[in-house]
Amino acid sequence: MIDALEILLQANFWAAAIRIATPLIFGVLGALICERAGVLNLGIEGIFVAGAMAGWLSVYLGAPLWLGVSVAAVTGACLGLLHGCLTVILGLSQHVAGIGITLFATSAAYFGYRVAFPTVTTPPRIEPFQPLGLSFLEAVPVIGPALSQQTALTWLAFAATGATAFVLAKTPLGLAIRAVGDNPASVDAQGLSVAGLRMGALAAGSALMALGGAFLTMSAFNAFFFGMINGRGWVCIALTVFASWRPGKALLGALLFGAFDAYQLRLQTLAGGAVPSQLFLMLPYLLSIAALILVARKADYPRALMKPYIKGER
Amino acid sequence: MSAPPPVAASVLALRGITKRFGALTANSAVDLTLHKGEIVALLGENGAGKTTLMNILFGHYLADEGEVLVASSEGELRPLPQGSPQAALDAGIGMVHQHFTLAENLTGFENVLLGLEPLFGLARGRRAMRRSVEALIARTGLSARLDVRVAELGVGERQRIEILKALSRRTRILVLDEPTAVLTPQEAEGLFMALRTLAAEGLSIVFISHKLDEVLALSQRLVVLRAGRKVADRPTAGADRALIARLMVGEEVEVERPAPVHPGPVALDLAHVSAGSGRTRLIEATLALQQGEIVGIAGVSGNGQSSLAGLVAGLLRPESGAITVLGRQGAASPAERRRDGVGRLAEDRHRDGMVGDMTVEENLVIERRGEMPFSRLGLLRSKAIRAAAQEAIASYDIRCPGPDAPLRLLSGGNIQKLLLARALAGGPRLILANQPTRGLDVGATVGVHRRLREAAEAGAAVLLISEDLDELFALSHRIAVIHAGRLTPVVDAAKLSAAEIGLAMAGEASSGFGAAA
Repeated sequence: MIDALEILLQANFWAAAIRIATPLIFGVLGALICERAGVLNLGIEGIFVAGAMAGWLSVYLGAPLWLGVSVAAVTGACLGLLHGCLTVILGLSQHVAGIGITLFATSAAYFGYRVAFPTVTTPPRIEPFQPLGLSFLEAVPVIGPALSQQTALTWLAFAATGATAFVLAKTPLGLAIRAVGDNPASVDAQGLSVAGLRMGALAAGSALMALGGAFLTMSAFNAFFFGMINGRGWVCIALTVFASWRPGKALLGALLFGAFDAYQLRLQTLAGGAVPSQLFLMLPYLLSIAALILVARKADYPRALMKPYIKGER
Repeated sequence: MSAPPPVAASVLALRGITKRFGALTANSAVDLTLHKGEIVALLGENGAGKTTLMNILFGHYLADEGEVLVASSEGELRPLPQGSPQAALDAGIGMVHQHFTLAENLTGFENVLLGLEPLFGLARGRRAMRRSVEALIARTGLSARLDVRVAELGVGERQRIEILKALSRRTRILVLDEPTAVLTPQEAEGLFMALRTLAAEGLSIVFISHKLDEVLALSQRLVVLRAGRKVADRPTAGADRALIARLMVGEEVEVERPAPVHPGPVALDLAHVSAGSGRTRLIEATLALQQGEIVGIAGVSGNGQSSLAGLVAGLLRPESGAITVLGRQGAASPAERRRDGVGRLAEDRHRDGMVGDMTVEENLVIERRGEMPFSRLGLLRSKAIRAAAQEAIASYDIRCPGPDAPLRLLSGGNIQKLLLARALAGGPRLILANQPTRGLDVGATVGVHRRLREAAEAGAAVLLISEDLDELFALSHRIAVIHAGRLTPVVDAAKLSAAEIGLAMAGEASSGFGAAA
């Protein structure tokens, strides 16, 4: 029992929690930007896969790491715009289009991988982002060392959280995005383009989602595996509701999930073989469902979420 | 009412505007000119084409023919590019829609800011903007809380935000689409004061309304549309209610009086019934309604009317007391009530009365979908349905593109005509008419009244729930007032005055209803 609590004081535990949280931070931010503009983007899972694949492959082919990150972001943005063409321009069902994007992007990534490496059994490795090792942080107990072990992409995720919060709350663009997700007619009546705002939000949000994927292949690991996204995108959709569409709470939710996941990994070792490891694997998901039940019943959804806007319709 | 300014320059000219929706011609060669500082009332029945015309002006619809000219800053009339709200806004046209275009998750001030600042940039100049909005509020009296989320504001305050939003854009022409439909009389009076101030400052205003008194009080000129055509364009001075009503409907509107009553057996009998919950709870209601008579229930909305209507329609179960509806004692389901012969007009027709995405004919037979002749062996019979729909469209004068058009495309008055046709189909013996003419224009109202009166003469009992005293007096043989869930005794309408009803509606003791004077 004591051992189980001692885990919480280990810098390594917190380092792992933040590492696990990083792709989720990108994903939740991306999802909440899309949803604030009124579009549910269930393409997220596939966009994660595509971003992971595109970023890693570019680096493998000789691109510098940051160029790889950019390639991943652009890939995500393109998939977001595709989702926008279907749901914003044509007004199709956002659920169906999103799942279609996920299936398409996942398969396209796997196909691209097989075309590039037809005969390889172990995926080739790249030289990933290294921990920044910020020595001035080491003085802070527990959290300091945990943070100094993170790579530049984690810091980018933190910065993206701040930037998203600032843009949404403090700028004219954020005002328009919040308005278009609540009542698109309000934006249209002011002469702003509903489609333009929603497409822009989808491109930006999907680029962030793809960065979440890129983090996995270019920082957490150093190669691309099939099935490595493993539902992280869906977790982000749930975390968005948990966060009530607020960037600050999104960061908190992602860190909470990361902590649960890191904790169950350590509990597994602690319990040895006494408890089946699958039970521990379920733990973070059970806890996130429980948290969702507590929080999301009162959730204040963007009023125009999932409603296509067709001009001039009564 | 002030005299129109002598020779003010025109700021807006619509020329030969024609707009068709499929087979329906919403506007036919309409001309309209607006001068600086002028308040013009745009009148017409539901579906006469007022809103369509304004939507063309504002770029929401494209006109099939005709052009829109707006004065440039030099005062010269120039064509306005069509189909672009942005162009209309840039030309200084502001519109306050019937359904507000506010984002509810933003504050009032944020709604005003929306679209005013350059989209890509930091929020600069908000303090100056804030000062100018506050100055506008001080000048016009359009008071509104700017830092509260719109979701928490009432309709009156939301509308003032809408107007402030429009005025913050250097608007020279302001269009208000039925602005008082949702306001209390006090709020409406405040709005008129503000509009007069603004017109005196040089703002040109187009005011769409159904309420003839308001039009007479506020406007300097009247423009009347009928079936998409302009039928009158004249100064307000010298016009009266009867004249305007005649222009709108195209015929003399007769003064209405209830027909003499020949009461039959009791159709509805309530004895000390309580039902519902909260503010709309009905407490110890006693009421008897005979076939052939119309009994009006007067009262301000939200005083228990919805519980009373729910009881009669079968949506609510009585908690205590005895209820007998058309011979059936106790509670019953809505379907049973309908089969027993209860016809219903829902209070909120859009929410409870119709399925907007279904067609006119489907909505018409939806309650009788399982009955002959509309279905046989569990299959719908489209020929019989179409025939019934065409008959209803003709006899109730429902103006629609066709029986297979989605119902949501129709105007409010035409939707109510269809719901009336549905309620009266099969000759109901008890008709529940809950706010039957709310939001309808003069012509549609007259039509609804005539149908209800005819149904009563044919032997139906009518329970009329209304806030409109004119309507209650025009139709009811007997009247009761509901306040805070309690019904007064039912009194012969001829023995009542409007003042007595008004007192009882406000919850005061009123001698008309048996209280000691």
